[in-house]
Amino acid sequence: MSYVNAFIVGGLICVLGQLLMDGTKLNPAQVLVIFVTAGVVLTALGIYEPLVRFGGAGATIPLPGFGYSLAKGVFKGVDEKGFLGIFTGGVEATSGGITAAVVFGYLMAVFFNPKSKS
Amino acid sequence: MTRRLQTNEKKNYQKLVENTAPKPNYFTNCIWAFVVGGIICIIGQFVHNMIENNLGLTHLEATNATILVMIFLGAALTGLGVYDRIGKKAGAGSIVPITGFANSVVSPAMEYKREGFIFGVAARMFILAGPVLVYGITSSVIVGIIYYLLK
Repeated sequence: MSYVNAFIVGGLICVLGQLLMDGTKLNPAQVLVIFVTAGVVLTALGIYEPLVRFGGAGATIPLPGFGYSLAKGVFKGVDEKGFLGIFTGGVEATSGGITAAVVFGYLMAVFFNPKSKS
Repeated sequence: MTRRLQTNEKKNYQKLVENTAPKPNYFTNCIWAFVVGGIICIIGQFVHNMIENNLGLTHLEATNATILVMIFLGAALTGLGVYDRIGKKAGAGSIVPITGFANSVVSPAMEYKREGFIFGVAARMFILAGPVLVYGITSSVIVGIIYYLLK
């Protein structure tokens, strides 16, 4: 069951992105920025959490899920450390993903060369 | 005079481009985005379940570990040239998942390798990931300040 939910929620979030790209003049970069910011705001308003409960990876793997992790981390940081947590919580919660993107991204770019476009 | 002529020509050209550029096929594009995006999330769910059941991590830890694995997969498939082939059809279905974030890191970094390993690879890595981090982290700090004040 969790797989069906993940498929539906993840698929629908991607459709929303596709509609934004096709229907408006927004380019992919703008859509990604809107999605990550929307993830933060929707989590803060308590709207994204039920989506994560229902969709699992379908809600955490798309980019709004990155915003979800940031916002959850900030709340946890503020609860545990007070004011300092505002600045440490978000990146603390997403440190694995950020480090993975930097290290794996760098290694792959060094090892591989772009394929000639056919 | 010539300048006015030029801007006029430019306008006409823009009109021509707008009229002849193919209109996006909303339905097919959305189906592709839905299916590919959904499948990537199913893979993510599978990785998540494997990690949660076998490594005995909490739900949140398993989520973070899943994101790590998915970023690795996205980066590796981009390096192998597979991801961009999927992306041609899938559109947002391959851009919106976190694997697309990894793709946006590796793709320009590879492309600009000849400009060197500092300003080529390392700087270009963040051409798209940079804005995502800037707006994501900044908005999370704003949310954090509000939460701190309301508490």
